[in-house]
Amino acid sequence: MNGDEACCEGALAVGCRFFAGYPITPATEVAERMSRRLPEVGGVYIQMEDELASMAAILGASWGGVKSMTSTSGPGFSLMMENIGLGVCTETPCVVCNVQRAGPSTGLPTLVAQGDMMQARWGAHGHYEIIAVAPSSPQEMFDFTIWAFNLSEQYRLPVLIMADEVVGHMNERVTIPTEDKIEIIERRKTKASYDDYLPYRADADWIAPMANCAEGYHPHITGLTHDERGYPVMDAATQEKMITRLVRKIRDNSDKIIRYDEMFMDDAEVAVVAYGISVRSAKGAVRAARSKGVKAGLIKLDTVWPFPEKLIRGVAPKVRGMIMPEINFGQMVLELERCAGGACKVKLVPHAGGAIISPKTILGAIEDMIKEAK
Amino acid sequence: MSPQKAKMTVPPHPMDAMLRTDRIPHIWCSGCGIGTSFGCVMAAIQKSGYPLEKVAMVSGIGCTGRMAGYIKLDSYHTTHGRAVPFATGLKIARPDVAVLVVSGDGDLLAIGGNHFIHAARRNIDITVVCVNNLNYGMTGGQQAPSTPFGAKTTTSTIGCPEEPFNFCHLAAACGATYVARWTSLHIRRLTNSITEAMQKRGFSFVEILAPCPTSFGRRNKMGNALKTLKFYHERSVVRNDIDPKEATLDFNSNIVVGKFVDIERPTFLDCYSLVNKKQLGDWPNLGEKTPQSEK
Repeated sequence: MNGDEACCEGALAVGCRFFAGYPITPATEVAERMSRRLPEVGGVYIQMEDELASMAAILGASWGGVKSMTSTSGPGFSLMMENIGLGVCTETPCVVCNVQRAGPSTGLPTLVAQGDMMQARWGAHGHYEIIAVAPSSPQEMFDFTIWAFNLSEQYRLPVLIMADEVVGHMNERVTIPTEDKIEIIERRKTKASYDDYLPYRADADWIAPMANCAEGYHPHITGLTHDERGYPVMDAATQEKMITRLVRKIRDNSDKIIRYDEMFMDDAEVAVVAYGISVRSAKGAVRAARSKGVKAGLIKLDTVWPFPEKLIRGVAPKVRGMIMPEINFGQMVLELERCAGGACKVKLVPHAGGAIISPKTILGAIEDMIKEAK
Repeated sequence: MSPQKAKMTVPPHPMDAMLRTDRIPHIWCSGCGIGTSFGCVMAAIQKSGYPLEKVAMVSGIGCTGRMAGYIKLDSYHTTHGRAVPFATGLKIARPDVAVLVVSGDGDLLAIGGNHFIHAARRNIDITVVCVNNLNYGMTGGQQAPSTPFGAKTTTSTIGCPEEPFNFCHLAAACGATYVARWTSLHIRRLTNSITEAMQKRGFSFVEILAPCPTSFGRRNKMGNALKTLKFYHERSVVRNDIDPKEATLDFNSNIVVGKFVDIERPTFLDCYSLVNKKQLGDWPNLGEKTPQSEK
């Protein structure tokens, strides 16, 4: 099956029972399959009037206690930003899959890009932390969708699946494990009595247990700056407390959130750091370099936000240089440079979008870096 | 001997049980019509027969949106204009819960207009109460899709150059199953309408004309709230069951109020389950049909 379809199946496997969406290339196949599959498992698919509404509807459904998601691409992702912000502020578990295409604006609807990486990080106004994962194959579209739901339930926020057109439309074998092999994490529920319950009183790990609609707790939930009671309080002290918690619940748990993979990194002199579809090109390039006797390795970022800062700070002094191929003119590479902190060279292999980066281009960059370092 | 301190006792409000009393005083200006509208909403919730844990309130941004912050129910204060789609998701997730949207005219029908018409078309089983104060009150009184032609606001200081919506006509045209309009002076009829709307299956809509003396009234020489209410009282004409197209708001002559629509129509979830039973025939029916001549 293709990546979009695998995303749908992953969502169903982890218990998603509500999907609100709007057609958009190249994410439409997620919605199409959802519309067919959800009624079969007792869920509901609704096609909303726009992406503003899709995002608002999945937040509502999540408060109703139903795991919910939407999928989109660039223009729709822009519209969703408003209510992604509401989801962050109100700490609402849900999943948004962005099958990236080239922009800005309508751009190249049918062709690949990785240009929304910083929008994923900062697209909604205000300061917050977000979780985003980047699948590089249909199998990972399935696996990472399950993982994204688990992260969203655990850390109570919208989790973004930053896929792309090629991963979404590529057909590969997808293994769907049996039910008992799928780890499912549910939101932490409150054990407080009705009188003692405070909707935003967090446990030691900064995460506040949740009360769904109609459970008798009568929480007030607002996108205004709020205190532990969920009540709006318009002052700097409450803002400081709320933002600190929204930020620290991700930062302090980042070791548990971040996943990555390595290939040939033991003796690597050049590390190619890649995410999403560019991992596939990078793999080819690193293998080709090794066959030429060049000591190249690959770091594959499964989590892109929060950025694996600790990992990069550890690797940077051990290599001569790091290369990041990405289908934009430099987004995640800014983070890579920051975390490398001058301990090694960092080079971008850019692409404006419309096609994937060829392994040859990355191989060229690896060889150039070896030469420059000598 | 020390003089005994006089204890100040605040008499309980009849709606205290439904209020987050620790959040009072509220933010609404004196003379604002939202207070009485809110009272009617709470009375209607009590009359509707729903247990309170099975009622949820969803609101957007604006003065009316703040109702959700004062009511002691599951209450969701969302983004500007998005209360209806949020409520759509909530209702589909919890069909057993009565979902009530409270919204101002700008929130519901300017920034949220598209959501409103589609929720009515789909017949999402929610109740929408719109407090129409003819302007954006919270931001200080700007022109809204409800501002009458010629009325003054901070962004139409000479006079509003646009025609307003007839909200009730719009709701009915989009498929609402229940449509009514009252002013915030029609306490009893308004409470009854909201109660009926909550008990109605499908998308039900109640518009409340309410004074905004601070932002709107004062720029249009309407005087204080009492004077505005007197104005409403003198010009309101109850015309139940008329075509909502005729239910115009001509402030120079008549303010038409009443219950305009009360019909049955299958809800979104009714239709969804019907379609998914796969017992419907193909669309369209391709059977033989003789063309009819023009009349």
